[in-house]
Amino acid sequence: MSTVAPSEAARKGPVNWALLLPWLAAIVFLAVMPLIFASNSALTIMNQMAITIVFALAYNMLLGQGGMLSFGHAVYMGLGGFFCVHLMGYVENYEWQIPTPILPIFGGLFGLIFAIVIGLFSTRRAGTVFAMISLGVGELVAACSLIVVAFFGGEEGVSGDRTMGPTVFGFDFAQKIEVYYLTAIWLVISALAMFFFSRTPVGRLANAVRDNPERAEFVGYSARFVRYYSFCASGFFAGIAGGLFAINFEILTEENLNLVTSGSVLLVTFLGGIGFFVGPIIGAIVFTLLQTVMSLYTDIWQLYLGGLFVLTVMFFPRGLAGLLFMHWRPHQLGKLGTLVVPYARMFVPGAVMILGFAGFLETAFHARHAAQGNEVMKLFKFEFLQYDSHSALPWILFVAMMVAGAYGCRRLAPGLKAAWDEANTARSA
Amino acid sequence: MSLILVNLIDGLVTGLLLFMLSSGLTLIFSMMGVLNFAHASFYMLGAYFGYQISTYVGFWPGLVIGPVLVGVIGALIERYGLRRVHQYGHVPELIFTFGLALLIEEVVQFFWGKGQIAFNVPESLKFALFTISGNAIPAYKVFMIFCSMGIFLVLLYILTRTRVGMVIQAALSYPNTVEALGHNVPMVFMGVFGVGTALAGIAGVIAGPTVGVFPGMAIQLGSIVFVTIVVGGLGSLWGALVASLLIGWITNFAAAYSFRFSTIFEWLGLERPANMAESLLRDAWTLTFPQIGPILPYLLMILILVLRPYGLFGKREV
Repeated sequence: MSTVAPSEAARKGPVNWALLLPWLAAIVFLAVMPLIFASNSALTIMNQMAITIVFALAYNMLLGQGGMLSFGHAVYMGLGGFFCVHLMGYVENYEWQIPTPILPIFGGLFGLIFAIVIGLFSTRRAGTVFAMISLGVGELVAACSLIVVAFFGGEEGVSGDRTMGPTVFGFDFAQKIEVYYLTAIWLVISALAMFFFSRTPVGRLANAVRDNPERAEFVGYSARFVRYYSFCASGFFAGIAGGLFAINFEILTEENLNLVTSGSVLLVTFLGGIGFFVGPIIGAIVFTLLQTVMSLYTDIWQLYLGGLFVLTVMFFPRGLAGLLFMHWRPHQLGKLGTLVVPYARMFVPGAVMILGFAGFLETAFHARHAAQGNEVMKLFKFEFLQYDSHSALPWILFVAMMVAGAYGCRRLAPGLKAAWDEANTARSA
Repeated sequence: MSLILVNLIDGLVTGLLLFMLSSGLTLIFSMMGVLNFAHASFYMLGAYFGYQISTYVGFWPGLVIGPVLVGVIGALIERYGLRRVHQYGHVPELIFTFGLALLIEEVVQFFWGKGQIAFNVPESLKFALFTISGNAIPAYKVFMIFCSMGIFLVLLYILTRTRVGMVIQAALSYPNTVEALGHNVPMVFMGVFGVGTALAGIAGVIAGPTVGVFPGMAIQLGSIVFVTIVVGGLGSLWGALVASLLIGWITNFAAAYSFRFSTIFEWLGLERPANMAESLLRDAWTLTFPQIGPILPYLLMILILVLRPYGLFGKREV
C-alpha cells in the first residue's frame, strides 16, 4: 500500500496540483478575508479561529493520527503561551532584541521541552492509560499554576505587551490587522509543517501504531517511540498556538491550562472529524462561529453545543469532515445533483423540529430563571418575538412544531435513504 | 493527638465517599473496559435530585428515590447511548462519556442555575454526637460513615455470595461463555451500569449537604475519582477501597497541618533570599502543606503509573 502515494504523485508530473491547489486557495482566502470583514471584532474572531485551528491540528496529531486521546493538551499550549508572555516582559524591561513575529517559535520550543519530559512516561501505552496520565498531568499543572506564582502569576495570570519589541519592516503590531496577518502566516506555516509531518515515515508509522501497535512492533518499530515522536511534535505545535495566543491576547491565566480548555479542543477536533487532515480546521471554524453567533442570541448555547457533541459522537463519529467526504462517491458518479431535492425536502421538517425544540428549551429556561414579575421574554433576543413565557400558547406551539417536524422527518426518511443509495450506485436507474 | 483523631474521622468520611464513586466506576470499567468519564456527573445528579425531592417530601425519601432515578437514567444511557458507541471502540466510548459529562453539567445548570443550592442536613441528624477534646463530631458525619460502610458490605455480599453476583463476576471475565449458558449478558451490563451510577447517586445525596450542591461539583470530584481507581488498580474493588481511604486521609491531613517548606530549606542550611519579591524561588519559600494538598493525589497517580502500572491491587496493566 505504501507505494501508492509516490507513484500517484509521479503520474501527475513534477507539480502535484491536487495537493497544491487547496493550499494556494487557503492562502488567498486568508489574505482576502480581512478586506471583506474589516471590523475589529471580525478580526478578533478570525484570530481566535486561526489559533484554534493550529491548536486543534496539533491535537489531532495525537488523537486522529496517533490514536492517543489526551485530556490535558491545554498544558502545552498554555505553557508555551506563558513562556512567550514572559519573553515579552523581558523584551519590555531588559531590552532583549526578540522581534514579536518570531515569539511563537519560542513558545513551541517550550512546549516541546515539556512534551519531551512528560512523553517519556505518558506515551508508554495508548488508549485509556494515556488518557488518564494526560488528565493527571493536566490537573497537576493547572493546580500548580496557583502555587508557582512566579511563573504563572496566580489568580490574575501574567500579561505582556506585544508592541515593545524591535519593529519588523516597520510594523510594531499595535494594529489588529498586523496581528491578523502575523497569525495567518504562522497558521499557514504550521499547518503545512503538520501536513508534511503526517506524510513523513514517522507520520505514517503513527497511523500504523494507532491501527495495530502489535503488527508495527513485529515489523520492527517501537510503538512507544513512534507515539513519543508524535507526542513531542504535537507539543511543539501546541506551544506555537500558545505563542500566537500570547501575542493576540497579551494575557494568560489559569484558564489556559485547565480541563475546560483541554476539553474544548477535544470537542473542536471531534466535531470537525478526527480522521481527516482538514477535520480540525473545519471544526475550529464551525465551533468558533457557533460560539460567537450562538452566545449573541441565547444564554444556553453551551447546552446546545454539548448536545451537538454527544449526538456527533453517537451518530457521526467521523465528524463534519466525514459527513462532507461521504459525498465524494456520489460526486465521482456525477450524481451529487440528485441529492439536492431530497436534502431540501428533509431540511424543512428538520428545521421546524429543531427550532421547535430550541424554542421549547428557551421558553422553559426563561420561565424557570427569569426574575419575579419579568414574564415577557424575547425569543433568541429578537424584538419581534416577544411573548409571555408563562402562558400556554407558546408551549403548545413549540410542542406542535416538534411533533410535526418529527413526523415529517419520519415520513421523508425512507425517501432520503433511497435517494442516497441510488446516488451511491454506479448503475443508472 | 486529638487533632489526629479528628482528621482520621474526616479522612474516613472523604475516603468512603470517594469509595462509593470509585467502586461503581471500577466495576463498570472491569465490565466494559471503558472508564466512565461522566461517573461524577451522576454523583452530581444524585445531589440535585436528592435536593429537589427533599423540598417536596423530606430528606429520607430523597435518599431512596434520588439514587433510583439516577440509576434508571444511567441504565437508559447505557442501553441507548453507550451500547451504540461501543462498536466504534474504546476511545470513542471515552469521548462519549466525556461529552455526557459536559452535557449533564449544562442540563443541571438549565434546571437549577449556576449558583450553589442550599441543601441542608436533615433536622434529625443536626446535633453533635460526641466531642474529641473540644472538637464536636456531627452526627451526620457518623451517619455518612455507617451508610457507606453498609453499602460496601451489601455490595460485597451480593457480588461474592449470591447467584446474581456469580453471574456478574463470570460475565466480567468470560462474557461469551456466560451468554452461551443462557444468561442475558447485555442485560447484566445494563444492570451493573445502573447500579454503579445509582451508587454514585447515593454518594451525591449523602455528600450534598456537607460539600455543597453546585454545577462544578462533578468536575471537582471527577478527576480525583479517576486517580483513585488508577491508584488502586483498575477493576479491583479492594484496591478502590484502599486507594479511596489513602487519598481521603492524604488530602485531609495535608489540609490540616500548615507545615512550611521553608523550615526544610532552613534546616538544610539554605539562606532565605533577602529580596523575596525579586527571587525566582520565592514560591518555594512560601510554600505550605495545605497549598500542595490538592495536587498530592495527582502526584501519587503519576508515581504509581510510572513505577507500578498495575496500581496497588490491580491484576492487569491499565
